[in-house]
Amino acid sequence: MTTATAPARMNLRLRIWRGDFALTVEESFPAAGIIALFGPSGAGKTTLLRCLAGLERAAEGLLSLGSVTWQDEARRLFVPPHRRRVGMVFQEPRLFDHLNARANLEYGLKRTPVAEQGLSFDEVVTALDLAALLDRMPHQLSGGERQRVALGRALLTCPQLLLLDEPFAPLDRARKDAILIFLAQLPARFGMPIIFVSHTLDDVIQLADYLILQEAGRISGHGPLTEMLKRLDLSLAQRDDAGTVIEATVTSHDDHYHLTTVSFAGRYLTISRLARPIGEKLRLHIHARDVSLTLQAPAGTTILNVLPCRITAIAPADNPAQVLVMLESAGQALLARVTRKSCDQLGLSPGLTVYAQVKSVALAV
Amino acid sequence: METSSLLPPILLTLRLAAATTFILLLIGTPLAWWLTRSRGHLKPAIEAVVALPLVLPPTVLGFYLLIALGPRGVIGGPWLAATGDTLTFSFAGLVIGSVIYSLPFVVQPLQTAFTAVGEELLEAAATLRASPWDRFISIVLPSARRSFTIAATLGFAHTVGEFGVVLMIGGNIPGKTQVLSIAIYDRVETLHYDEAHALAAGLLLFSFVALLMVYGLSRGARRGFPP
Repeated sequence: MTTATAPARMNLRLRIWRGDFALTVEESFPAAGIIALFGPSGAGKTTLLRCLAGLERAAEGLLSLGSVTWQDEARRLFVPPHRRRVGMVFQEPRLFDHLNARANLEYGLKRTPVAEQGLSFDEVVTALDLAALLDRMPHQLSGGERQRVALGRALLTCPQLLLLDEPFAPLDRARKDAILIFLAQLPARFGMPIIFVSHTLDDVIQLADYLILQEAGRISGHGPLTEMLKRLDLSLAQRDDAGTVIEATVTSHDDHYHLTTVSFAGRYLTISRLARPIGEKLRLHIHARDVSLTLQAPAGTTILNVLPCRITAIAPADNPAQVLVMLESAGQALLARVTRKSCDQLGLSPGLTVYAQVKSVALAV
Repeated sequence: METSSLLPPILLTLRLAAATTFILLLIGTPLAWWLTRSRGHLKPAIEAVVALPLVLPPTVLGFYLLIALGPRGVIGGPWLAATGDTLTFSFAGLVIGSVIYSLPFVVQPLQTAFTAVGEELLEAAATLRASPWDRFISIVLPSARRSFTIAATLGFAHTVGEFGVVLMIGGNIPGKTQVLSIAIYDRVETLHYDEAHALAAGLLLFSFVALLMVYGLSRGARRGFPP
C-alpha cells in the first residue's frame, strides 16, 4: 500500500479540444489522501476526471499514477476504463434500471478479483445506511438514496483511484456529514486516493487535504489545502466564502451557556456546544468576511473570540472598496476582508500586530 | 371441407416463420448494435438497405432474389455446387427470402432499444470493470429484453403474412413452398371459399393477437414497469 512509503505521484499531461473548449494540463501532484478539484463550472473539471477514468481520450496525453501508465500517446498506449482500476461516481447516479440495489452494488464487486477487494459488502452497506434499500429497484429510490448506492457500488471495487464528480449534491446535510467522515478514512486504510470535483468551497474545506484549482481549462494552482487557502494571489481568496482552516482540539464544554471551547497552541476559541469528546481534533473554517481587526485588545464587545495576530500580507480585493489581510496567530492562518479605508486609517501593514475579532466559526469535519 | 389439406400450409408457414425469426435474431442483434454504435459514413447506407423491404414492392425483391438464388445466381450457384440442391422453389430459399424481407421488423425495434440504453450506463459499467462484451451481455441485453420479444413477434408475424416474395422465389408447390397466404390465394382461385375463409380468419386472428402483444409490451416499456 502507498501509505507506508512516500505517496505515488500522479502525472498528467493532457491537451483536449471539444468545440470551442480547450483543456490543457501539465502537472504532477502527490496521489494521496483526499484531493479536491475545485473551480467554476465550465472549467473542465469533469473532462479531466473523464480522462483519468479512460472515458475520454485526449489527442495528446500522458497519464500515470505511480508506476502504472494509463495513457501515453507517444507510444500509442491507452488503457481502456475497465482495465484501469479507477472508480468513478458521476453527477447522476447511473444505476442499472434492471437490477435492484443489491445487484447494482455487487456489479463491480463481482468483477473485482478477490485479491484486489478491500471493503466488504456489509461494511459499505452499514456505512452508507443501505440495508433497507437492498431489495428495491432504482425507480423506487429517492435521488439521495440512488447516489448512495452509486457510491457504494464504486467503493466495492476498491479502486487504486476513486473519482467523485460532485456526487454530494442530492444528499441531505446530516447524511452528507456521515458519508464524508466515512470517505475521509478510506485513503489511509486502502491506499486509495480520492479526487473529488466540487464547486462548493465548504465541501472542499470539510473533506480535502490537497486542492487543485482549475479555471478556464487550466490548472491555476495546486497544493496542500491549508497552504492554498493562505495564498492571496489565487482567485480563492477573492471569493465571498473565502477563509482559512484552523486545526484545534476540544478543550472544555460549558453546559450552562451551551458552548464548547477549543484551543490551538495556547489560543482559545469559543463556539456553539459540540457533541465531540474533549481531546478530539477538529478543523474549523473561519470565513474572511467574519473577521474584523482592531489595533488594541477590544473591551466591551459581544464577540467572544479575539485572537492576537501578526499581519503577514495585504492584497487588494476584486471589490475596490476592500482589501484582504492575511494574518498569522500561533502558527495558524487567518484571513480578514476589511475596507480599504479602514486599512489606511489603522495604518495596517505587514508585520503589525493586531487583534482579530471572529464573529462566527464553522466546523468542518 | 377437408382439414387435412389445410394443415400442410399452416405447418410449413410456422416452420418458415420460426426458422426465419431465429436467424433474424442472430443476424439482427449484432447488426442493430453496430448501427447503434457506428458514427461512420457507412451507417446511413446500411440503414437504408435494411429498410428497403418496407418500401419496395415484394415482387421487386422477389425478382432479384429469384435471380440471385437461381442455379446461376451469386448465392444459388455456390449453394448448388455445395449441396447439390437448388435454392429456388425450396424451403431454404424461402428462409433466405424471408430473412431479407422481415429484416427491418427485427432490426429497427432492437436499434431503438439499444439506443435507449444510453452511453451513461455503459460508461458506468466500464468504470466497474466490465469489458465491452460484458457490458453488452449484462447491461444492453437485459435492458432491451422487452424489445427482443417485440422484435421476434413482429419478425414472426410479418413472415407468416408474406406473399409476394415467397410466390416469386418459391412458387406454389403444396407441402413444399405453399405457405398460408399462397394457400388462401390458391383456394380462392379454385373457388374453395370455405377453406379460404378458415385460413383467412385464422391469419387475421393470429395477426391481431401478435400486434396486441407488441403494443401491450411497448406500453409497458414506456411506463418503465419493473420486470
